[in-house]
Amino acid sequence: MTISTNLIYFIALPLFSSGLLLLLGRKADKWGHIFATLVSASVFVIGVIEFFAMQGREGEARAATQKLFEWISVGSLQVDAGLLLDQLSICFVLLISGVGTLIHIYSIAYMSHDRDRRRFFAYLNLFIAAMLLLVLGDSYLNLYVGWEGVGLASYLLIGFWNEKPAYATAAKKAFVANRVGDVGLSLAIMIAFTQFGTVTFAGVKEGASGASAGALTAIGAMLLLAAAGKSAQFPLQSWLGDAMAGPTPVSALIHAATMVTAGVYLITRSNFIFDASPTAQLMVVIVGAITLLFGALIGTAKDDIKKALAASTMSQIGYMILATGLGPIGYAFAIMHLVTHGFFKAGMFLGAGSVMHGMNDEVNMRRYGALRKVMPITAATFGLGYLAILGVPPFAGFYSKDKIIETAFDSGGIQGILLGSITLLGAGITAFYMTRVMVLTFTGTKRWDEKAHPHESPFIMWAPMAALAIGSVASGFLLNSGSALVNWLQPVVNENQEYHSEHLLPPIVVSIMALTVVAIGVAIAVLKYRTVPVVAPENVLGITKAARKDLYQDSFNEAVFMRPGQKLTAGLVNTDYKVVDGLVRLVGWVVQISASNLRNIQNGYVRSYALIMVLGVIALIAAVWMVTL
Amino acid sequence: MDISNYIYLSAILFTIGAIGVVVRRNAIVVFMCIELMLNAANLAFVTFSRIHGNLAGQVTSFFTMVVAACEVVVGLAIIVAIYRSRRSASVDDASLLKR
Repeated sequence: MTISTNLIYFIALPLFSSGLLLLLGRKADKWGHIFATLVSASVFVIGVIEFFAMQGREGEARAATQKLFEWISVGSLQVDAGLLLDQLSICFVLLISGVGTLIHIYSIAYMSHDRDRRRFFAYLNLFIAAMLLLVLGDSYLNLYVGWEGVGLASYLLIGFWNEKPAYATAAKKAFVANRVGDVGLSLAIMIAFTQFGTVTFAGVKEGASGASAGALTAIGAMLLLAAAGKSAQFPLQSWLGDAMAGPTPVSALIHAATMVTAGVYLITRSNFIFDASPTAQLMVVIVGAITLLFGALIGTAKDDIKKALAASTMSQIGYMILATGLGPIGYAFAIMHLVTHGFFKAGMFLGAGSVMHGMNDEVNMRRYGALRKVMPITAATFGLGYLAILGVPPFAGFYSKDKIIETAFDSGGIQGILLGSITLLGAGITAFYMTRVMVLTFTGTKRWDEKAHPHESPFIMWAPMAALAIGSVASGFLLNSGSALVNWLQPVVNENQEYHSEHLLPPIVVSIMALTVVAIGVAIAVLKYRTVPVVAPENVLGITKAARKDLYQDSFNEAVFMRPGQKLTAGLVNTDYKVVDGLVRLVGWVVQISASNLRNIQNGYVRSYALIMVLGVIALIAAVWMVTL
Repeated sequence: MDISNYIYLSAILFTIGAIGVVVRRNAIVVFMCIELMLNAANLAFVTFSRIHGNLAGQVTSFFTMVVAACEVVVGLAIIVAIYRSRRSASVDDASLLKR
């Protein structure tokens, strides 16, 4: 371990910038966006410097730590606010700050007409700061702070245009769904503390080797719940589609660099727990497999370009989660797919933003068509991202996705064949829905609104898209050449250097199968969407109808959780009103009624007072007489 | 003559006085009824004094008379004052404290 003093700048810089821009308010309107972008870029530069410094060190010394201060010291609970930059963290730092900076640059133009652009950039920086704290924390508790910060920043950004009630609701939905996952993370931390007496990654790793299987499975399951919340995995995935309410750069940031990658990071970081608990691993694989197909199916039916891409993210993160569940060899491939996905998905989201920018914020793909002629650069960058997500060689997705499919097949037995088939099927559906997006948007006939005058976006918008497109082309090859990323991450995620020596199927066969499936998917989409009606047809298959409604996930949540929850609260409120309040009101009522009756005695007539006195005396005498008798 | 007849007379006088206080509206009459009750009490005191051969009862009746004299002075003054201001000697009209 190397002691470093520079790690704090990763978090302090964007946090400071965010606070500054928020506190200065309108005074910073003129330069706020430039400042925030420069801060984000400088964080990326520090990241690059740290990356090369890390390469200069060898073995154990590669990981760097920095103790900030003693945070909590209560009895046996000792938590330091500390940062840890190791081979895994640096991947995320570079991805977050790199893609984040590109998105900052893009947003300068995209948000130029918004009067709250400065606030937007403040939130973007807050997002970056929170996400960096998440990946740099050296204990689960530090991670948790970043985790919550990411939740807050995403809430602020998704609901950035909160003057529209639907957008504010979407932000709330994302926040609530995330809170469900957060409960999982906090429970996992509590279990880890009771079991191991510490919450640092190193301490938990040490304790995990001697812990009971039940405890490890419990921690693993809770961590998976947390990951499902942040990474929009089944069953907490419903917020992702609605999160498209935020400005498009936010979607790009959430889907590529921050937020949804947090779950993959959490599981990869906790590899020592999942490796020790096959049950937890199995759960991870199942969740990943379900989400992979779930997202892909939803993607096939969405007409909203951003929602189609969101469903695609869900599906691709499903691939990553599935890979993390495949044991020590899976983690590196999950991270590789995460990085390549970061490039091509950010590129495609920015491309979608560029299209919307030119089409008066129209998101319905049925109103697009033939845009490649008016937006050649957007079409080209989007197209490169498209080829990458399909997994066409030599684009980035080919290397990462094929590795995951291969690993899934190799995981052994029936499970391996099943998982391999699911990932293959997912690849086919991915090809179908992405081709659908391409065809509907960029080729075919014009189906524009009369008022639309599409035009290519300015340089400051297409430059980041081009940079990301280069990443979509090259990152896979670079990360895979000589198993660069696998070897790089090996000390963190695969200490025992496990590799599958025997393959169920030779890699070349897997690649050919994947490419065949992809080709079929593309062919179906191309044939099916030769003509596109402007209004979505109603007489479609049941599965399409279901997919249009997010496979009834919202209806399910509403029927199972929301309505009963509302009924429960309504019942409790009613009970409170009728029983608790009723008792209190009854006491008051009795006093009031008896008082108003007793008051009648005080009628002000001397004679009636005298009569009462006489009667009282008679009663008294009678009582005395009775007693003495 | 049986001495207990005095007690009966006292009780009857007291009852008449009490009923008069409750039933009559004229303040003067109510006042006279109160005097009647006081004197009925005096009669009872004197009678019991006689029965028990103890002077304390007779002394008490003197005290009662003195108190009754004072009470008449104050009470009549009040009645006259009320009559002057309200042109009525009815006790039912003097119910201002009620509201």
